[in-house]
Amino acid sequence: MSLAPSTSLQAEETKTLINDFSIEVATVNGSGSQTANNALLRAIFQMGIPVSGKNLFPSNIAGLPTWFQIRANAKGYVARKHDIDLMICMNPETAKDDVMKLPSGSTVIFDEPLKLDTLRGDLSFYSVPFQQIVSASCPEPKLHKLVKNMIYVGVAANTLGIDMQEIRAAIAKQLKGKQKAVELNQTAAQAGFDWADSNMLPQDRLRVIRDNKTDGMLIMDGNTACALGAMFAGVTVVAWYPITPSSSVVEKLSDYADRYRIDPATGKRTIAIIQMEDELASAGVVIGAGWAGARAMTATSGPGISLMSEFIGLGYFAECPSVFMDVTRMGPSTGLPTRTSQGDIGLTAKCSHGDTYHICLYPGSMEECYQFTYQAFDLAERFQTPVFVVSDLDLGMQNWITKPFTYLEGPFDRGKVLDQTQLQEIQDWGRYKDTDEDGICWRTIPGTPGGKGGYFTRGTGHNPYAGYSENPEDWKSNIDRLQRKFLGARAAVPCPILQSTGSKRGLMAFGSSDPAVVEARDILRDTCGMPTDYLRIRALPFTEEVESFLRDMEVIYLVEQNRDGQMASLLRDFFPDLAVKLRNVLHYDSTAITAQTIVDQIIAFGK
Amino acid sequence: MTTNPVPTNQIGLTKQDYVGAKSTLCAGCGHDAITSQIIQSAWEMGIEPHRVAKLSGIGCSSKTPTYFLGQAWGFNSVHGRAASVCTGVTLANRQLVNIIASGDGDSMSIGMGQLVHMIRRNVPVVYILEDNGVYGLTKGQFSATADVGSTLKHGSVNEIPPLDPCTLAMELGCGFVARSFSGNPKQLNMILKAAFAHKGTAFIDVISPCVTWNNHEGSTKSYKTLKDKEMPLHELGFVPFYELGAVEIPPGEAREVEFPDGSRVTFRAIREDYDPTDRFGGYRTIHKARIKGEFLTGLLYVQQGKPTLHDFMHLTEAAIATLPQALVKPGPEVLQACMDELL
Repeated sequence: MSLAPSTSLQAEETKTLINDFSIEVATVNGSGSQTANNALLRAIFQMGIPVSGKNLFPSNIAGLPTWFQIRANAKGYVARKHDIDLMICMNPETAKDDVMKLPSGSTVIFDEPLKLDTLRGDLSFYSVPFQQIVSASCPEPKLHKLVKNMIYVGVAANTLGIDMQEIRAAIAKQLKGKQKAVELNQTAAQAGFDWADSNMLPQDRLRVIRDNKTDGMLIMDGNTACALGAMFAGVTVVAWYPITPSSSVVEKLSDYADRYRIDPATGKRTIAIIQMEDELASAGVVIGAGWAGARAMTATSGPGISLMSEFIGLGYFAECPSVFMDVTRMGPSTGLPTRTSQGDIGLTAKCSHGDTYHICLYPGSMEECYQFTYQAFDLAERFQTPVFVVSDLDLGMQNWITKPFTYLEGPFDRGKVLDQTQLQEIQDWGRYKDTDEDGICWRTIPGTPGGKGGYFTRGTGHNPYAGYSENPEDWKSNIDRLQRKFLGARAAVPCPILQSTGSKRGLMAFGSSDPAVVEARDILRDTCGMPTDYLRIRALPFTEEVESFLRDMEVIYLVEQNRDGQMASLLRDFFPDLAVKLRNVLHYDSTAITAQTIVDQIIAFGK
Repeated sequence: MTTNPVPTNQIGLTKQDYVGAKSTLCAGCGHDAITSQIIQSAWEMGIEPHRVAKLSGIGCSSKTPTYFLGQAWGFNSVHGRAASVCTGVTLANRQLVNIIASGDGDSMSIGMGQLVHMIRRNVPVVYILEDNGVYGLTKGQFSATADVGSTLKHGSVNEIPPLDPCTLAMELGCGFVARSFSGNPKQLNMILKAAFAHKGTAFIDVISPCVTWNNHEGSTKSYKTLKDKEMPLHELGFVPFYELGAVEIPPGEAREVEFPDGSRVTFRAIREDYDPTDRFGGYRTIHKARIKGEFLTGLLYVQQGKPTLHDFMHLTEAAIATLPQALVKPGPEVLQACMDELL
């Protein structure tokens, strides 16, 4: 049992890191550590300090190692930080590696039997007898395994200066409604806190001090945000097949729908959520439902999009409104199903065979996950086409702080749909006739009475009246119209976000890279004297702002979380002359990107 | 003013209102005979064309929805997967009447999984499998329903046993399973009318000779072979709900099954009595016939009252696709409640 750090720090005096450090907890998957980790995260958040929580979990139900990283940062930097300041070692299998990877000066809390304190001389070790504490504090032996993790929450709270009141509140929030579990875990956390109080010398390297930077904010994951976006967008048909990391989009939506999408008059549902036999069938349902007038969606990940590709091509060519959500994971193939990536940028942009380009939305925050999912339905119906919402595991499943969402007012944009009366008045309607010369034709919904609305939809060549056609002119004019329609969406998709300093050096990024880029820009400016302009791409087709940025900058560092620079390829397709200014800044080891990676790569390009 | 000489159905439409574009299939194709009976039965049943969704996959059979019910909405989708499109359509609008025209290549290979799951969910649809044992559009390869010993035009012999779509559908618990022959329009007409009266998946395997690739000597699905071997199980009668009481069925001479809309199907035994509500007896009869090389046709299995997809989904009666915004977009107070939960 250690009263003080068992190894004294050599040489340098360490200064106190107040509200600016990262914690990593190494546990065994399935040991209930998620509740403990979230309680710790939430308690720091409740202390008013911006946080993020990233779960590095295995593709496994129980037994394999898992790590949880918490970053607390008063300035609001919430990207992953590579260097860990406090390591909590609970997993014998990984403990040695977990310690060896730490930077000099870090603090380690470890389970006593692991005897890690002899491994290195440049760290502060705290040995904690977790089993002994849990035995003394929890009367039921069979629950020891479950609450053991909550002990380290109490120990960490004590050593970091986190108010136990916040820990108790966080546990109550996590286990809402399960009073016995709440009490059990609160007791365990308190036992850890009390043990530390009597047995650990206070350390002054890491400190949490109450702040007010999270007032009015909440913690959320992107899949929940997307589910909310879909529910408020009035989605009516959802077809899906479970795949990590997208499954919780539909599971959350289903939870919300059980409460908020019931017709009060009949008690019946106003939404159909159906788990299909595979992604092929999910895509078929979405295309069929969109064709029949529903707001239809699926949520999947890369392998699912591959399976859906044929139907997506049909949806593009036959012009069926539909929303496809890709919560991207690391591929190719099964890849790393529980790790993040931006590797489906190319796949989604040009999904299917032949000439296709799809409208893609790239949310970069919780609020955008919500807004863009909502907007995707308007765009799908306005442009009568599949629309992709391209999220990723980091956005979708990790813990992010966000302001509460604003209600999106106004009527849905249901696009150009002819009703019975309009059909009676129109003399010469053709389903694929470009009457308004914007590439978007008027459609009808199956079931419209009057006998004039029926038409035949096909994936084969067709003329403006939806008749089968192998005529080269029909083919070309149709496929050209589809391109005009796609490019016309430039005026409707979310425009990029520009942060200008008047520099000629540009940074470009999209999606979940945003927090790392924000932090990297500050580092580049403050420590390298290198101010940058920043344009965050939020949609395909690229809008005029993207082109202007490419034109105005002398060099552009394009940050992507994939190997091949997929967004750069797309920019090259559309702006071949300007794209020569692009420099790829890439991160693809399956972890979430860090600011330091970006800084290092930009510096390596030279000034 | 003279009376209209053109006959109309109970909703005042002529048969012409049920036709589609001119067929582009080969002259004499069995599928065209099926198309004629779809037109005839839909007209007789007084189905409103604007309420029909005609869905198909890829192949000769999948082209046929163009040739019937020209006022309806058609969707020629991707190979073997009209079943999932249909599931989406009926979820969006449960008021539609769905017809799938598929083939043996479409349904029994890539489409097998979707067909199986569609039946499992009891998706409301009249599913017509236009079955000729070959791939027509790709010029005469065997399909998964080709019989052992059947030859292709150029002489190669099929050695791999076929799948039987009907016993498969029965095993899956489909509530309406029939087999017919495009050369037996009267029977097909009765079966189609009964299928329209059925709630849930009505599955009909119609053996339909391919005049170009599978009508030669050595083919087990040529017109000649099928005509020689066809063995109807029963003579079918159909009494639609709107004619109740108008037709007298002699008691004791026929079996009878009543459908949810009040329509009735009668079964008059031809050789021996066959009970279309006895699934296991049905298997036995079909298997015995297969061993003997007989081609049994008729309404093989009927079970009414099974829950359909819509029962499983607990949806509103109205089409959810076109519900007013107020019913599908929760108000600001709901967003507030969702945010409060996360605070």
